[in-house]
Amino acid sequence: MSVAQAAASPTDPHRLGHDRPPPQAIPRKRIIVGYGFWIFLLSDIIMFSAFFAAYAVLSDDTAGGPSGRDLFDLRNVGIETACLLLSSFTCGIASIGALRKANWFYAAMAATFVLGATFVSLEISEFAGMIARGAGPSRSAFLSAFFTLVGLHGLHVSCGLLWLLTMMAQVYAKGYRRDILRRMLCFSLFWHALDIIWVALFTVVYLMGVRS
Amino acid sequence: MGPAQNESAAMNLFGKLTWSAIPLDQPIPLAASAMVVVVIVAVLAWVIIKGWLPYLWREWICSVDHKRIGVMYVLLAMVMLLRGFIDALMMRAQQAMAFHSPGFLPPEHYDQIFSAHGTLMIFFVAMPFIIGLMNFVVPLQLGIRDVAFPTLNSVGFWLTATGALLVNISLLVGEFARTSWLPYPPLSELKYSPGVGVDYYLWSLEISGAGTLVAGINLVTTVLKMHAPGMTYLRMPMFCWTTLAANLLIVAAFPILTATLAMLLLDRYLGFHFFTNDAGGNVMMFINLIWAWGHPEVYILILPAFGVFSEVVSTMSGKPLFGYRSMVIATMAICLISFLVWLHHFFTMGAGADVNAVFGIATMIIAVPTGVKVFNWLFTMYGGRIVYTTPMLWSVGFMVTFVIGGVTGVLLAVPPADFMLHNSLFLVAHFHNVIIGGVLFGAFAGYNFWFPKAFGFRLHEGLGKAAFWCWIVGFYLAFMPLYVLGLMGMTRRMQHYDVAAWHPWLIAAAAGAIVILAGIVLQVAQLVVSIRQRAELRDLTGDPWNGRSLEWSTASPPPAFNFAVLPQVEGEEAYWGMKQRAHEHADRNEGPDYDDIEMPRNSPTGFVCAFFAAILGFALIWHIWWMAIAAAVGAFATFVVFAWRDHSEYVVPAAEARHIDEMNRNARESAFANTGASS
Amino acid sequence: MKRSPRLLVCLVPLALTACQLDVLESRGVVGSADKTILIDSLGIMLAIALPTIAATFAFAWWFRRSNAQARYRPDWAYSGRLELIVWSIPLLTVILLGGVAWIGSHELDPAKPLASDTKPLEIQVVSLDWKWLFIYPDEHIASLNRLVIPAGSPIHFDLTSASVMNAFFIPRLGSMIYTMNGMTTHLNLQADEPGTFLGLSSHFSGDGFASMNFQVEALPKEQFAAWIEATQKAKAGLDIPSYKSLLKQSSDVPPAAFKTVAPDLFQQIATQSLPSGPGPE
Repeated sequence: MSVAQAAASPTDPHRLGHDRPPPQAIPRKRIIVGYGFWIFLLSDIIMFSAFFAAYAVLSDDTAGGPSGRDLFDLRNVGIETACLLLSSFTCGIASIGALRKANWFYAAMAATFVLGATFVSLEISEFAGMIARGAGPSRSAFLSAFFTLVGLHGLHVSCGLLWLLTMMAQVYAKGYRRDILRRMLCFSLFWHALDIIWVALFTVVYLMGVRS
Repeated sequence: MGPAQNESAAMNLFGKLTWSAIPLDQPIPLAASAMVVVVIVAVLAWVIIKGWLPYLWREWICSVDHKRIGVMYVLLAMVMLLRGFIDALMMRAQQAMAFHSPGFLPPEHYDQIFSAHGTLMIFFVAMPFIIGLMNFVVPLQLGIRDVAFPTLNSVGFWLTATGALLVNISLLVGEFARTSWLPYPPLSELKYSPGVGVDYYLWSLEISGAGTLVAGINLVTTVLKMHAPGMTYLRMPMFCWTTLAANLLIVAAFPILTATLAMLLLDRYLGFHFFTNDAGGNVMMFINLIWAWGHPEVYILILPAFGVFSEVVSTMSGKPLFGYRSMVIATMAICLISFLVWLHHFFTMGAGADVNAVFGIATMIIAVPTGVKVFNWLFTMYGGRIVYTTPMLWSVGFMVTFVIGGVTGVLLAVPPADFMLHNSLFLVAHFHNVIIGGVLFGAFAGYNFWFPKAFGFRLHEGLGKAAFWCWIVGFYLAFMPLYVLGLMGMTRRMQHYDVAAWHPWLIAAAAGAIVILAGIVLQVAQLVVSIRQRAELRDLTGDPWNGRSLEWSTASPPPAFNFAVLPQVEGEEAYWGMKQRAHEHADRNEGPDYDDIEMPRNSPTGFVCAFFAAILGFALIWHIWWMAIAAAVGAFATFVVFAWRDHSEYVVPAAEARHIDEMNRNARESAFANTGASS
Repeated sequence: MKRSPRLLVCLVPLALTACQLDVLESRGVVGSADKTILIDSLGIMLAIALPTIAATFAFAWWFRRSNAQARYRPDWAYSGRLELIVWSIPLLTVILLGGVAWIGSHELDPAKPLASDTKPLEIQVVSLDWKWLFIYPDEHIASLNRLVIPAGSPIHFDLTSASVMNAFFIPRLGSMIYTMNGMTTHLNLQADEPGTFLGLSSHFSGDGFASMNFQVEALPKEQFAAWIEATQKAKAGLDIPSYKSLLKQSSDVPPAAFKTVAPDLFQQIATQSLPSGPGPE
């Protein structure tokens, strides 16, 4: 094959494949970020399910110590649940506020914070009460699993509160920018996911624990 | 052990850490770590003297470019492979010597070595190697400019590196776990392992596990949501499919590992009772949970390797992959079934006949899609025109070796056979058979295959082939004797033994390890020689193997934005199709229309996060609470600072994209003309 | 240099005699049955695996680029018929093997009593750090690091661990089983003929693991009865304090015999009424 032929031969491919201007194939960032965060939430839920499984296995291993029936106070937990569910509602309001760039965003976020903080403090006082009664996490395998499962959820809520404050500060400093709104979307997904986990937790740990 | 007596208040400032943590009385770890420190200092000094530090910092350490992160993952894996292999050599030497004798390693040291060997090879060699390949290749194959979350990608890499760092620090400061690569309680509980070894293991895996999870989320989102125009799911190259499957498994399985290890940490640090002997702890729960992660983990490693072989075999045979859709189904089937087999790791714990049988059969069912894959590679070769380059040699070596590993694996899935062979050297031989013969061979095939894409020059073929032959001969010499030893009833992890019949086989295995060593030396030589001869090995075409997928359609090394204009995909084997159409139509249109390209800015976030994570891990291992709190605050501050940034992207103007692209295209055009003329 | 010829001279006969595959040369019914299943499964799989390996070599060789005779089919990538075969071959193999596994798991379940006319001998096994304690509950004796059994009669083992996990394994007799604290596992074995075998722990249990072996002596019936009698006259007995001293970590402990055993010692260990081993001190 001569040089001339080779140069003219159409084996060089890099000129091709560029026939048409590309349509917008890659979806918008908002979709990608939301999608990725959903996958993170799913993995987080799987982590929770491992702790749920541990709780289910160990829930009868009280080692002679108190059981859920002796310990759980449904009134307290009921208030916690109400706080958290309500905070999901206010978080939803805040999301709408952020989309509309309305200033009641701050009010709704603040309400979410207060409700979330109430939830956490109620949980801490419940834990403190149990530890004071000698029913701390080292008492038995059941209590280890209980404190870990409920505590992990509480830790998530606490991190969420930290995130919430950062979120408000960001909106305050940067305005309703597109990247800030993406983060707000993730935050609200996170907060609602914590609600879903709490519903499962409330049922499996408290309702079933008081009955058995 | 516990803190020394009469500790002053000043000593408590550093928790359990005292000067006695440094093994001044043990020459082997001391010499090894001294050597490592010398090498690190020398490399650092070299970099600083040469004035490369700013470049390294700007272009690599802070890079959020998926290609560079991929390269760094692979580099990390290769360095850790050396460390893990030295452990392997010491184990083989010990067992070759320790007949009727204590050998040269006391048990407390030998036990650390096999624990570190397993931990390193799985978490810090196999994992980063395949994650590195996926990171580098997948966006190029999908025809896109970056992954979904570039900065998170960097965070993921640096967290993995932090885990590796902590494992290696344990060599010099304190000790590593003496509980094997999966720390079964109660042995790993504080009562039976009071030292810091298990803590090193747990924290390094918690940190690197977070990094792996981040990488998994990133790659799943990338494969599912980001494609070049026309790149539908069923047009994706096989490697993208196996990447998707592996990363779905990461996302679903690694949280279980994180949770399980967290429970063990709570037991050890706060006196919880998840897995303790007393107060109702349940050991079986650990074993179930750890294998609920552990078995999918095996497929996290092997599936991407399958993807590499699919690409290599098809490219080198000059044919499309046989039964592409079948392969996709097989991949996703393996992905699913891998969650249903974990119990086969403990048939011998007395679960009962029905349970054992069900899990044994489930395990065999996985062999069906796997067998399909082997047959499909076989038929890909059938009717091909096979070019025996180094990647192809690794692939054929894999096909033969992996079938043997598969047979012994299914054998172990038959419960009564497992009753005799569980925890024996037969088992050790089996999983090395599939992990070396499958994952590692796949990693090496991918490394040789995509190296020219990453750096613009090929790896030296002669040395590559020599390395392959040493590896494969060494592998059979080292591991076939272990099958025999397993049938002789020898269990794994024995520091010494008194059975004369075992001795010659262990000497043979040690000889095999030395042949593998020769292979590794040749691989290092291959890299060094290739870099020195890069002018001769230069590949300007960007397509050295006559490739079939999109990564070969751009320059080598690709520009930061991969594709100046996103390619238009019209079928399976996108790039092959373009080349074919070029043949048929010979149409030459004008250059494409260029647009501004938005690219993510580099960021030190990943490195800074990892810095704090390393301090946090170290502080927690040694109970230095103030330092742990400071590091956690630092990590949080990093996130806030990162979130506060105003510009996350920079723009490559259309004119510059055009300029770069035209330069690349002209270089490629003349290179193609030259290869055309010479053939 | 000087030593290497001598080493070779040593190695060759060693390698020749070294092929004693204990697992495949069982001296017990359980081991023989395990082995049959192992060989059957291997045979079924090799029927597929060997042709596959051969085909790999054949295709790899024939379709090399330099072979002008091989036909190049650059677009051949699908064949429905082949796909059918490709899926059905492994499927059929697995169906066959699955049958073997199902039957085998039930026939050879370690907890299943062996078919025999003789009443099984009860032995309770406790793994300690790093020793094996064998209690003969009906004979009220115990033995440390030495397991004596009657040949030709089935043995029923109850097993537990006093500290960390171990696995009880006698390669020449058959199946292994784990020992775990707070749990009791069951195993049935039988030695068909008299002999001395190696028993070991097959799950790593800490620094003393490699020495955690014991000798298994399968004796003819009369000799076994004599051994029982002799042991019942041994010097020491095993009461709770002496058990607690056994709990402490130690390895390479020589075999010992105990003429008496504290009542329900095994049950107390298995139900955790006695504390588990203290670990390193």
